[in-house]
Amino acid sequence: MPKATAQHAHGWWAQRMQTAVHHGVPVAVVLLAVLLLWYGAAWMLNAPGAIERVLDADVGYTWQELFTATMSMERPLMPAPHQVVLDFWSSLTDWPVDSPRNLLYHVAVTGESTLLGFVMGTALGLVLSVLIVHSRTLDRALLPWIVASQTVPVLAIAPIVLVILGSLGFAGVAPKAVIAMYLCFFPVTVAMVQGLRSPQRIETEMMHTYAASRWQALWLLRLPAALPFLFPALRVGIAAGLVGAMVAELPTGAQAGLGAKLLTGSYYGQTVQIWSALVMSALLGLTLTAVVAGIERLVLRHRGGV
Amino acid sequence: MNSTLFWLGMAVALAAAVFSVVRVAALESRWGGLLTAGLFGVWVVLFWEVLVRALDVPRVLLPAPSLIVDAMVDHAPKLWGDFVQTVGKAVFIGWALGCGLGFVVAVAIDRMPFLQRGLLPVASLTSAIPLVGVAPIAVMWFGFEWQSKAAVVVLMTFFPMLVSTLAGLKAAGKLERELMYSFAASYWRTLVALRLPAALPFIFGALKVNATLALIGAIVAEFFGSPTRGLGFRISTEAARMNMPLVWGAIVVAAITGSVAYALLVQLERRAAFWHPSVREG
Repeated sequence: MPKATAQHAHGWWAQRMQTAVHHGVPVAVVLLAVLLLWYGAAWMLNAPGAIERVLDADVGYTWQELFTATMSMERPLMPAPHQVVLDFWSSLTDWPVDSPRNLLYHVAVTGESTLLGFVMGTALGLVLSVLIVHSRTLDRALLPWIVASQTVPVLAIAPIVLVILGSLGFAGVAPKAVIAMYLCFFPVTVAMVQGLRSPQRIETEMMHTYAASRWQALWLLRLPAALPFLFPALRVGIAAGLVGAMVAELPTGAQAGLGAKLLTGSYYGQTVQIWSALVMSALLGLTLTAVVAGIERLVLRHRGGV
Repeated sequence: MNSTLFWLGMAVALAAAVFSVVRVAALESRWGGLLTAGLFGVWVVLFWEVLVRALDVPRVLLPAPSLIVDAMVDHAPKLWGDFVQTVGKAVFIGWALGCGLGFVVAVAIDRMPFLQRGLLPVASLTSAIPLVGVAPIAVMWFGFEWQSKAAVVVLMTFFPMLVSTLAGLKAAGKLERELMYSFAASYWRTLVALRLPAALPFIFGALKVNATLALIGAIVAEFFGSPTRGLGFRISTEAARMNMPLVWGAIVVAAITGSVAYALLVQLERRAAFWHPSVREG
């Protein structure tokens, strides 16, 4: 075992540890502060309700009693973090996965339409961007509208899409996937047009001197050059698609999905359940973007880095 | 016989449309791009109108553009009330508060690298989270009126502004900063004279993104519960009553609002950051 390598490895680990501490400690401090603030807010917001409903003002109460009362209310204005964690955990462990009381069931429903819409929207965006780059007419007629649509709340069309697809007889996952699709499609198209045009003149001219066909130039030069543009758009797209899928679950009175869970929670005043559904949708969003970011790393590393 | 003639006419019109768009797109004039997009839009609306009428498409599926305009004219006072409720109150106040808070917090923690390292990763991660989901909680806390929608908008616009301003404050070049140092300029002097102007493109970027986000946030939050006016309320209730022309009308109002807000911000950026390369070239 050469000594230098061992020392090198040791140094590498020490450096890794140092960066982890350098970035991890501040994040941990911030998260801890959020947690403390949350407990404080729960105490302050729930205190009036607790005094009214749980404690007896005539008998009197100590502040410890008030504190424990605010932390364990049935339908608190602001549930304490541990209440949310307990509800979250019990929904995952106490019920079978196919029960509507299990949050994983709703994750599966929402995740299915998000992913389906994401795949369709990305495919559509890729095809359209390739066409736009190769056709001056499409570029000038269509692209300005797609770019302008970024300034418009396209999500507002969701109820219309639901009505149209509903009266055409589509139900279930299809309408939700369509809404997720058109939310993913816009950022992917705009970014891919930019990316496919990113090769410099000298590079396209070199392809020309090799007598490369349009397809070869696309496949060998333009697409690889566009990858660094594509992935950030995919991250934006999948997050937008998740919002779209959740909003699509609202107006149909859907029984399943995280958006529907939020709505039923607000109908019945089940605040703890709203919060655990929120935590679950946050986790789903983070997981989806993390998967896209992971694929990005694999692909770009395989390509030799940028 | 009549229908054959009609379809023949449609085929001729389609050929004329394609031909005219292709020809205009090939023009090399300065306004060629805008002209092509406009012409394309006009043709799309024309075909939409004619085909919907000719094929008797049910109004629920797709109302003709003329019907949408009719609905907008007939219900103009209603839509104006919705606009004031959603855009004038929820969106504008929420957007201003959220962007202002994000900016202030970013400047406040500029001198605290520890907090920056802690907040930045958390703030960046929020872009992956469906923040509109807090709408039911906001309704529970702040009631059905515009305050709950503004609260959702504040939450949605705060983090993009924070992240962008922090990035912008790092944008001033080393050379310029050293120049300020050699002038013995104080921290605040450097901030006001150099770093904030250098951060303007980033700040305007966040303002523009947030304008769209704020509209989406307010409209979606109204789907969760609202008083009997507001663009989101109008869209969801009229869609449930299958009164699609008015739904489309509300969407047109939202779309125009989004584009006008964007255009106004672009103009403002041109005035404020006229010296910046990204503005000068465009």
